[in-house]
Amino acid sequence: MTGTITFRRKAADRAMKWVFYLCAFLVVLPLFLIFFDLVIKGAKELRWSLLVDLPHPVGEPGGGIANGILGTVVITLLAMTGSVPVAVMSGIYLAEYGRGKFASAVRFAVDTLTGVPSIIMGIFAYILLVLPMKRFSAWAGAAALSMIFIPVVVRTTEDMLRTVPTTVREAALALGIARWKATLRITVRTAWPGILTGILLAMSRILGETAPLLFTALGNQFWQTKLDQPMAAVPLQVFTYAISPYEDWHDKAWAGALVLITMVLLINIAARVLTREKR
Amino acid sequence: MASRSGKYTRDFAFEKATAFFASVVLFLAVLLFAVLLRESLPALRKFGASFLVTGTWDPVLERFGALPFLFGTVVSSFLALLIAVPLSVGAAIFINEFAPPWLKAPVSLLAELLAAIPSVIYGLWGIFVLVPILRDLFMKPVTKYLGWIPLFKGPVYGPSMLAAGVLLAIMIIPFILSVSREVLATVPQRQKEAVLSLGGTRWEMIRIVIGQHCLPGIFGATILGLGRALGETMAVTMVIGNRPEISASLFQQGYSMAAVIANEFAEAGGLQLSSLVLIGLLLMLVTLVVNLAAKGILSKMVARASRGI
Repeated sequence: MTGTITFRRKAADRAMKWVFYLCAFLVVLPLFLIFFDLVIKGAKELRWSLLVDLPHPVGEPGGGIANGILGTVVITLLAMTGSVPVAVMSGIYLAEYGRGKFASAVRFAVDTLTGVPSIIMGIFAYILLVLPMKRFSAWAGAAALSMIFIPVVVRTTEDMLRTVPTTVREAALALGIARWKATLRITVRTAWPGILTGILLAMSRILGETAPLLFTALGNQFWQTKLDQPMAAVPLQVFTYAISPYEDWHDKAWAGALVLITMVLLINIAARVLTREKR
Repeated sequence: MASRSGKYTRDFAFEKATAFFASVVLFLAVLLFAVLLRESLPALRKFGASFLVTGTWDPVLERFGALPFLFGTVVSSFLALLIAVPLSVGAAIFINEFAPPWLKAPVSLLAELLAAIPSVIYGLWGIFVLVPILRDLFMKPVTKYLGWIPLFKGPVYGPSMLAAGVLLAIMIIPFILSVSREVLATVPQRQKEAVLSLGGTRWEMIRIVIGQHCLPGIFGATILGLGRALGETMAVTMVIGNRPEISASLFQQGYSMAAVIANEFAEAGGLQLSSLVLIGLLLMLVTLVVNLAAKGILSKMVARASRGI
């Protein structure tokens, strides 16, 4: 009797072990499939002209996504220029001074903004910038991306500053350094690699965002460097090509996706390497 | 003395400067709500609560109701949870309890990479790889033999509620997985050892410990995943079929709140624009409530763990 019970318990144990193995396998499987397809299908159209040429019309071979690459870089950097100071300074406020009702309100705002779906930020930028300016623009795209970027970086800055031991701050203050100088030169500098990692991770996230750009930056067939005009971006091109009915545009969508994932992962990995060195 | 007071003035100025930037963030959040509310007022005045239960979406007659989009968002998100939660929890248990040490870092790195892939790439992969696989290997055979069940009724197109649910599941797995791992890690080692020392098998240890300890945390992880799934736009737009219909069948095409905004916003005006903004506002409020709930549950969990219960 005890023998069968033990056997059943052992069998259940062994069976469940395989169930867990299977779960882990199924979780990583899509990643391999996605990367496999990206490389195989993306490589078909991946040639030099993809990176340096403008898009060609349907049916005309060749052509590239160069204007999209430029647009993605411009819009991302534009979004970050305004956001980094706001986000880092707010993070410093929350970590170093933030007590009381105002600080709780700011923290609540940051939590709220972090969870807002990215397409909502597109609506926000559309109403605030596209409607009054009466045209789609790189500015509006960058504004939408800023709204995604800021809360993430405020949070990581605060978290990273909190990992700096109080004793470090006290030691600096005991030496007679002014508090603002101690904060910037000692505390922030100690936490800087972590903060930079947060900035890079947030950058890699907004680099691939599509939804907030749909009706802000809109996309463009041609070169565009004026910031108050519609601007192309790689994610938008991937989307347009993917849902088009044309076979050769589908190939371009895969090639564009390969370029996009390369940009995203390079920054993502750079961010990770940075924290690893810190440890 | 003069230099000392100068030092404090600069301290004061620095603190106020950081506070100023913090107030910018607060202002942006308030502005976001205000702008969305103001722009959705015309639709809110015209349709009121009937907006939530009306199924028509007719730009020509200017009659708008959000029901098909609410339905699509809710069904695809819950379908995603149904698939993602068991898989993520299982994988988390594998990583924390079974995996050899050298495998832990790569597996969790891979899961994190899944989270870094832009959603438009998931959508692209969904259109050209996932949808054909699901259509030919799952939907067609199932509808052939089980088509009499409303849930699996044909005809099979490919883009469907099911495709959206599966793709969303793949996208939210990394989040549920990492939170589940943190939750599992809060279990005191001595409790696990206690079960094992009484002669329990590894599975019994997991079952008891999770039942005792981790269910609220896993629920929190689930709600967090829901918050992600509700607002996901591009991937869903690309595979859900974009047809504002309500069907009991998972194989039929549907629409979601985020998808209708993505598809119609750029060309909308007047009452249609206002209705789309109202859908956006609803989506934002729902995700906000869901995220706050998840945060509440998880922070309670962490507090409990730090007390060592």
